[in-house]
Amino acid sequence: MPITVPAYGKEAAGRLASMADVTADDGALRRFLHGLPGVDAVGLEARAATLGTRSIKTTAKAYAIDLAISMIDLTTLEGADTPGKVRALCAKGVHPDPTDRTSPKVAAICVYPDMVATAKEALGDSGIHVASVATAFPAGRAALPVKLADTRDAVAAGADEIDMVIDRGAFLSGRYMDVFEEIKAVKEACARPGGTSRSETGGGTAAHLKVIFETGELQTYDNVRRVSWLAMLAGADFIKTSTGKVAVNATPPVTLLMLEAVRDFHATTGVQVGVKPAGGIRTTKDAIKYLVMVNETLGEPWLTADWFRFGASSLLNDLLMQRQKLSTGRYSGPDYVTVD
Amino acid sequence: MTFDYAPAPESRAVVDIAPSYGLFIDGEFAPASDGKVFKTVSPSSEEVLSEVAQASAEDVDRAVKAARKAFEKWSALPGAERAKYLFRIARIIQERSRELAVLESLDNGKPIRESRDADLPLVAAHFFYYAGWADKLDHAGYGANPRPLGVAGQVIPWNFPLLMLAWKIAPALATGNTVVLKPAETTPLSALFFADICRQAGLPKGVVNILTGDGSTGASLVGHPGIDKVAFTGSTEVGKAIARTVAGTDKKVTLELGGKAANIVFDDAPLDQAVEGIVNGIFFNQGHVCCAGSRLLVQESVADELLDALKRRMRTLRVGDPLDKNTDIGAINSAEQLARITALADAGEAEGAERWSPSCELPSSGYWFAPTLFTGVTQAHRIAREEIFGPVLSVLTFRTPAEAVEKANNTPYGLSAGIWTEKGSRMLWMANKLRAGIVWSNTFNKFDPASPFGGYKESGYGREGGRHGLEAYLAPSSPEGAR
Repeated sequence: MPITVPAYGKEAAGRLASMADVTADDGALRRFLHGLPGVDAVGLEARAATLGTRSIKTTAKAYAIDLAISMIDLTTLEGADTPGKVRALCAKGVHPDPTDRTSPKVAAICVYPDMVATAKEALGDSGIHVASVATAFPAGRAALPVKLADTRDAVAAGADEIDMVIDRGAFLSGRYMDVFEEIKAVKEACARPGGTSRSETGGGTAAHLKVIFETGELQTYDNVRRVSWLAMLAGADFIKTSTGKVAVNATPPVTLLMLEAVRDFHATTGVQVGVKPAGGIRTTKDAIKYLVMVNETLGEPWLTADWFRFGASSLLNDLLMQRQKLSTGRYSGPDYVTVD
Repeated sequence: MTFDYAPAPESRAVVDIAPSYGLFIDGEFAPASDGKVFKTVSPSSEEVLSEVAQASAEDVDRAVKAARKAFEKWSALPGAERAKYLFRIARIIQERSRELAVLESLDNGKPIRESRDADLPLVAAHFFYYAGWADKLDHAGYGANPRPLGVAGQVIPWNFPLLMLAWKIAPALATGNTVVLKPAETTPLSALFFADICRQAGLPKGVVNILTGDGSTGASLVGHPGIDKVAFTGSTEVGKAIARTVAGTDKKVTLELGGKAANIVFDDAPLDQAVEGIVNGIFFNQGHVCCAGSRLLVQESVADELLDALKRRMRTLRVGDPLDKNTDIGAINSAEQLARITALADAGEAEGAERWSPSCELPSSGYWFAPTLFTGVTQAHRIAREEIFGPVLSVLTFRTPAEAVEKANNTPYGLSAGIWTEKGSRMLWMANKLRAGIVWSNTFNKFDPASPFGGYKESGYGREGGRHGLEAYLAPSSPEGAR
């Protein structure tokens, strides 16, 4: 399916501009972020657990499986990545299930910047996006010019989406403005020559920006809510939980909290922002729990690959096996799905 | 295409309901002495589930005598021996929990999600908890060698049939009492299944007796001269009648009655979690909860924001088939209760409060009431004063903490309250000021066997649960050697 991108109305742009005073200076930004409602950890986790008990069967399950497949950012982020590995992954993204061509395509192939050109070529006109982790992924420990060069490099190679990591050190030491400015700068670096940064992005004038928080390192739920607002104010098109490279990655409570932040940001500014949980989501059952959270927190408008993604590599095969089970009535096995 | 959840019904095949049940007296099921029976229906479909015996005064007498006889041996058992029976019962409840959850949802109308995830785990937990106390009564803080009272007459309501049974029977047996229990007229089945569990556990005959029947059975039981202790959970009106009946006798009494709890939200509250707590506080179990947070007190500065969020959340509540695993709100327990809820909600409108419900399609048969919110409620409205016992929330506002305390305490009831704030000092200050048996902070409707439960004012007296719950079943410790 073609992935569309937001076209902000005049009204939304106006409301967003009226938020400008909260980012006017360090103090204003701090006061705003610390004035957001607190998060009660027990209550948040209980709500996430309750949503996880929804029982999704038959037609709803079939729908959810296909939806989840279409939302996957199929990912390879290894030091050992080669063009051959990336091409194989791209082929899988186009035809996830070689035995069943009715399977939807994935949303994007996610690679390191030096593999963008390879992926772009392999995907051709399939409509699948190429996402690239730039900005000194996964640690983010590099000077800003290096991060911006990394980003421009990926965009120039044809990346449709940039997954940037924030400077967790700056955030944890309370230098919110530094994080804000950095996201803004990367957002500008996402623009293609001649394009603008916050306008019709996607296939045209700028790459879509996904901002990765590494929530496992931010530790507290209050931090997660603050960083979500910070990133959205700075122009993130998507907010993303984690790199997949640390011990604690996406969890249902953290994702629920980010969905709630997105909901509140939309209510305040009219700007729609997407959410991407990443890392550790491996089973169909888990993926469906996330979809239920989206459905009951943000609803229909977010239930598309334009606004919700799974950062995953091993999830796809479990979804395909469940899909085969629904269509044949029997469980297959790992040899009936491809290993790439 | 929309993400509609396909029905996910729990199977009814796991529970085998007999066409009729007798009374459980002295370890045997027997018909009522005068042969009278009544029907129990499923409130979600009005289907007749079974026919149960209507116990007469004569049956009450037989049951009390059986309990009296059993008391001699049961109370003489070492605590560790009684604990074995209680642990066994707890384990059987766990083993049969799916069956019991389905049965409870059928007979009561509550969603399977709640009977499965809340009721049954708590039922087993109460038996486990009090089993643990049975051999440690000397250390419960009620003196050395505390003694049981004798025969306990227990009358329980229809909102949590099996859980209320557990709250009553577990501490009574742990302390060495024997019981005659009357479940509510509309929800007798799980108590009868519990009778079967007692037999399965090999509990000595007569230790637990179950009498089904209506209010007249309850009145005979409470008035029977052979019982030593009355434990009642139900309406304040019936509670007052019971208090009058036992006045002047030496029967010990605990009453757990109505409530009109304040759920107080300050402007610095964790708002998303407060919304969940409000929903859980009033829509849990269709609002058939005596400690339900039926009065929402919101600080004016966040009232609009909170109400928007609450309405948005209420739109996602799923009302319907209790056996569907995705149902959030099930059926109202009886036609009578539905009529009461309807009348009070109408009074709310007539008195000038603004009524709001999310659009939801209610099933055509059975007893249903959509989750309802009233704004613009004042202390003078009936819906702010009277217990509705249904999914109806009254919203009031306040400006300062002192005003919140004043409004929260301005009720004839005093069972529970909730405080939502991120400020610890305010939370503790409020908790000290609130005249309520339980004060939850940043949560609501949390139950744990180790935590005492019981009310102030017209919400009753005595405590159930925890160490405190033992006291109601123990006589003051005797002087050394004077047994």
